[in-house]
Amino acid sequence: MPENDALNTLERTWSGIHGDEPFGKLDLRLTDTCLRDGSHHKRHQFTAQEVHDIVAALDESGIPVIEVTHGDGLGGSSFNYGFSRTPEQELIKIAAETAKRAKIAFLMLPGVGTKDDIRAAQDNGGQICRIATHCTEADVSIQHFGLARELGLETVGFLMMSHTQPPEVLAKQARIMVDAGCQCVYVVDSAGALIMEQTADRVSAVVAEIGGQADVGFHGHENLGLGVANTVIAARAGATQIDGSVRRFGAGAGNTPLEAFIGVCDKLGWTTGVDFLKIVDASEDVIKPAMPEECQLDRMTLMMGYAGVYSSFLKHAGNAAERYGVSGAQILLEAGSRKLIGGQEDQLIDIALMLKAKQDANA
Amino acid sequence: MVSTSSTNGRVTAAIVGPGNIGTDLMYKLLRSEVIEPRWMIGVDPASEGLKLAADQGLVSTHEGVDWLLKQDELPDLLFEATSAYVHREYAPRYAEAGIRAVDLTPAAVGPAVIPPVNGEEHVAAPNVNMITCGGQATIPMVAAVSRVTPVSYAEIVASVSSVSAGPGTRANIDEFTRTTAAGVETIGGAERGKAIIILNPAEPPMIMRDTIFCAVDPDADTDAIAASIHEMEQAVQEYVPGYRLLQEPQFDGPSDFTKGMRRVSIFVEVEGAGDYLPPYSGNLDIMTAAATQVGQHIARNLLGGN
Repeated sequence: MPENDALNTLERTWSGIHGDEPFGKLDLRLTDTCLRDGSHHKRHQFTAQEVHDIVAALDESGIPVIEVTHGDGLGGSSFNYGFSRTPEQELIKIAAETAKRAKIAFLMLPGVGTKDDIRAAQDNGGQICRIATHCTEADVSIQHFGLARELGLETVGFLMMSHTQPPEVLAKQARIMVDAGCQCVYVVDSAGALIMEQTADRVSAVVAEIGGQADVGFHGHENLGLGVANTVIAARAGATQIDGSVRRFGAGAGNTPLEAFIGVCDKLGWTTGVDFLKIVDASEDVIKPAMPEECQLDRMTLMMGYAGVYSSFLKHAGNAAERYGVSGAQILLEAGSRKLIGGQEDQLIDIALMLKAKQDANA
Repeated sequence: MVSTSSTNGRVTAAIVGPGNIGTDLMYKLLRSEVIEPRWMIGVDPASEGLKLAADQGLVSTHEGVDWLLKQDELPDLLFEATSAYVHREYAPRYAEAGIRAVDLTPAAVGPAVIPPVNGEEHVAAPNVNMITCGGQATIPMVAAVSRVTPVSYAEIVASVSSVSAGPGTRANIDEFTRTTAAGVETIGGAERGKAIIILNPAEPPMIMRDTIFCAVDPDADTDAIAASIHEMEQAVQEYVPGYRLLQEPQFDGPSDFTKGMRRVSIFVEVEGAGDYLPPYSGNLDIMTAAATQVGQHIARNLLGGN
């Protein structure tokens, strides 16, 4: 165990305010999102067997929360976002039956999913309801938080695309969620565009607003290669719930690689309850075989971090680029300049057609 | 039944709810040849909409519908621009008083109406519902496809600017998706419908955009589908001039990612007329324009003109 110097001492540790935990005291509570955020990378083609095997491996390593849903949340299976190979409710059920200790979380986006989907996810064994809105639109989640709490679900709120708003705006939006019944608000760097201090400032502002009443979390992406660094600085700023995906298995260049972050926590003396060697084995032996390819920092994903584009646009921009013979990177840049937000995948086709028309006019 | 209040060949109307929608609707009704907007009903004395209505010569009150229903002279027609909760409560009383209601909330008390699809089907109904803004903008296109070839599934994605989504929409976003999806099925003619709504806070505010995806048979006649879509664009433009296709309809072959379905994609933009609301809020404009259309059909029916 390393020495705890002043820098490594966390001012805030996970409160565990949500009842009995099988994990004892944790400084940070981790959620693996590869079976939800990774659904984008997998084009929503997870099989029941893959979900079973991944949940079993993550659970065995000590990951306390595992998120399982279509990448765009409950009800996301669609033309716009891609159809699920296996119905997500079936996957949630398999995950809940497989996990011995870990809680199963599910995501929902108001405007895509509905309250009925939340009820079904709970019936299938989901215990943590994570509700995501664009980071200026928290008030669309009020009825869903109300229902989730009424049903006895633990609740988490996601402020997506947090890089687009200053800290004080995020704090106000976090307040709306907490007043509606949210027990932990995440600063979500959906575009992988936040840089170190920008992360810390946002997390600090949200902690100042809701700290003591609710936890604060951080969800990172790797589009500028800063997932672990942003997450460390978020924890120092007071985030006590942390997202990541083993082997980065997530949208865009992927999420914060959870196994790397766990190793970092070990070295800093932050307790996560996860066995580093076991999670590294899981990454190699179970997660990797389920990935269509590794999540990479390449032209397309770098463009997302650079232009501040929602990470799940990656595959859709790629599809549209191929279909219409235009540049995928140009589609992403235009998506950034149009200020598209999560959910507007349909507009990528419109952009591709516009680029094609320009290209044809110049030919 | 035509009440004695009908004058100059026009039926009289009350607008309940002097908010953005009610006020924009007023300006549209003031141009109508068959409807005379005579009352603006609110509950807040400080309401800007009540003041604007008074300026236009309407009887404006902040004493609510209870005041209206106590008057000796009642409107023939009433436009509800409050909330689903309010409309559900008052709809039976309007019916009792013989007032025909055009409901701009998602209460769905009466049958749903989309002007170019079933605009004249329910002219005799005591209560008709305008579904949602997303429904008004997209269901015509689902119908345009389904009148040519069976649509096994249709999905609509409505993107509106945050500033044009009022507290009612925000508090009841589930009702929006559910009511719209139901309209995609019952009026659009899709076997199964799904609706998605996105609120985008970009500044300057984005103009409403809608995408309509329809699943059709692999051997469906794409030329006929495209022609029908263009015809429908023109039909909607008759009452919403700023309704336009952004792109030619796109046809994609079946693939693993579409569950083997052939996909028709239709991209539209809805720019408002700018009567009271700014042009970017085409989502609100298409509601008030459609309600005006439907109100006029009912008025003509009441006047016996057809």
